[in-house]
Amino acid sequence: MRAFTQHQGIVAPMDRSNVDTDMIIPKQFLKSIKRTGFGPNLFDELRYLDEGKPDQDCAGRPLNPDFVLNQDRYKNASVLLARANFGCGSSREHAPWALDDFGFRVIIAPSFADIFYNNCFKNGLLPIVLNEEVVDKLFKEAEANEGYQLTVDLEAKTVTTPSGESFGFDVDDFRRHCLLNGLDDIGVTLEDADTIRAYEEARRKTAPWLFNAGN
Amino acid sequence: MAGKTLYDKLWDDHLVKQRDDGSALIYIDRQLLHEVTSPQAFEGLRIAGRKPWRIDANIATPDHNVPTTDRDRGIDGIVDPVSRTQVETLDKNCDEFGILEFKIKDQRQGIVHVIGPEQGATLPGMSIVCGDSHTSTHGAFGCLAHGIGTSEVEHVLATQCLVQKKMKNMLVKVNGKLGAGVTGKDVVLAIIGKIGTAGGTGYAIEFGGEAIRGLSMEGRMTICNMAIEGGARVGMVAVDDTTIEYVKGRPFSPKGETWDKAVEYWRTLHSDDDAVFDKVVELDGTTIQPQVSWGTSPEMVTGVDGNVPDPAKEEDPIKREGIVRALKYMGLQPNQKITDIRLDRVFIGSCTNSRIEDLREAAAVVKGRKVASSLKQAMVVPGSGLVKAQAEQEGLDKIFIEAGLEWRDPGCSMCLAMNADKLGQGEHCASTSNRNFEGRQGFGGRTHLVSPAMAAAAAVTGHFVDVRELMH
Repeated sequence: MRAFTQHQGIVAPMDRSNVDTDMIIPKQFLKSIKRTGFGPNLFDELRYLDEGKPDQDCAGRPLNPDFVLNQDRYKNASVLLARANFGCGSSREHAPWALDDFGFRVIIAPSFADIFYNNCFKNGLLPIVLNEEVVDKLFKEAEANEGYQLTVDLEAKTVTTPSGESFGFDVDDFRRHCLLNGLDDIGVTLEDADTIRAYEEARRKTAPWLFNAGN
Repeated sequence: MAGKTLYDKLWDDHLVKQRDDGSALIYIDRQLLHEVTSPQAFEGLRIAGRKPWRIDANIATPDHNVPTTDRDRGIDGIVDPVSRTQVETLDKNCDEFGILEFKIKDQRQGIVHVIGPEQGATLPGMSIVCGDSHTSTHGAFGCLAHGIGTSEVEHVLATQCLVQKKMKNMLVKVNGKLGAGVTGKDVVLAIIGKIGTAGGTGYAIEFGGEAIRGLSMEGRMTICNMAIEGGARVGMVAVDDTTIEYVKGRPFSPKGETWDKAVEYWRTLHSDDDAVFDKVVELDGTTIQPQVSWGTSPEMVTGVDGNVPDPAKEEDPIKREGIVRALKYMGLQPNQKITDIRLDRVFIGSCTNSRIEDLREAAAVVKGRKVASSLKQAMVVPGSGLVKAQAEQEGLDKIFIEAGLEWRDPGCSMCLAMNADKLGQGEHCASTSNRNFEGRQGFGGRTHLVSPAMAAAAAVTGHFVDVRELMH
């Protein structure tokens, strides 16, 4: 996995709560058996005026001029500023894959849905929870200043504005460690293979019905 | 010391290792696989040169992409080549790794969350995962069950474990008895309406109280299925006689002495009387009405006797903006009566409501009636081949067909419209599925979430109606 230590980038403000993963990447694009190539269809139904189809060249499709990512000033954004309960709904990991493929590295919101939040860390994408007031303030600043950038430091657990104002955030130690070092967490878990085997053998004796292959 | 909650017990029983950094390794007893969220996981295994840790813990079936017609043609019946490739990829992966799969022509094929319990592959006390957020369904059996992403599907395939952090405990208690015509679906929609779509975020929810105890396993599965729509990855109901009776005699259920031993353990799977929950929410089950969602989030729901809300009366600006946007998308007016919403299509199916009891409830309403002529389509999609066979044995298929509903083959179908079953732009659908998000059932489609009985009532009248009026 790609490591994440620090990132500085343009902020795109998406002023809408309860953004669900169907909205982030609609179902017709889930038919791919790859992890890449979802970027052109990120927020497909909000971004384009027509109905998107898999394997279609999106270059000639009519854009929705009202959608934030279609505005020139946000085209190269890599920090998504969002509202509460971002990523709710389906567990599809295609959602972080699409955000990543578009070029996002950081998502900041007052809250995230659990499964989406977890999926981000598996893909080198950093979801950051900041409180409502701070998020509101960042929305105002990002909308008022073209080219507005934030600097995120995962080591220090801070988000810093262009004026130098800094906000701390919380992140689990294990997730932070994996992200900072770009670790494959399957490899980390397999270091405990003996412990897993011992647990399994004990369970086989106390709860044999869990190991019934059916008939 | 305070007693344990059901979730505490399930967590402790599956804890392989507590790490110093607060994370833990949790053992997974069962993984269910389907074609949409597994191909990249198998590919990951191959690239890393890893083998599945425990083959027999996995069961697979194609469900999201399968057509609900022409099933005798098997994979050749899948018209969309991209969908077909995905189903073929699942077959290849399962064959290569030796994983049990109920393939498209197998009568045991169906929606993952229907076939697990049906086969007894979902047993009380298990930890169960699947790359699908509605895995919470299996919590109805006193299981620790939740949806995961594809990276975690790969992690479970490779290690039989998940890295987890313990969630908080929430009890949702539904007191009193439900009225006639009020189902598990109405209860869970009412709960989500109360706690909100993020109300359960970070929690494992246990559903309890007299109303929940009085439900069948089908009703409990419907409730746990939608825990995720209230933000909770995990929804659970304690084990009781209803649970054990359902599990008995199924293909994967234990037999003989092992059965007795299992039952003895399963009887402990309830929260202790002195268990402490981080949050308790109570509802009066006697006052719950049949529910209808009017908006684009499952929390945007009201009783069938209610009205579409007026955004002008909402004080919270973010919520007001949400209502305005939802009404625009749904093509509804503020204060409009729910019973005045006219439907274009009716969908009875999905992992929420496609089990035999759901079909019986819908059939009882349409029996001797006809689908309204204003409707473009009303379809019934059973949750599995075995549900379909059971329904046909009971003659339900004939009741549906005589009433003018289409009787289809099993799969996820119009719940998320990955196959050919979808809504057209602007069409209103009375749907027994779980999500009314924008575009969920088709580009520009408008979903109203309801129970099977309410969907059936809408089918024969062409608009929403209190199903209890048709029951007398």
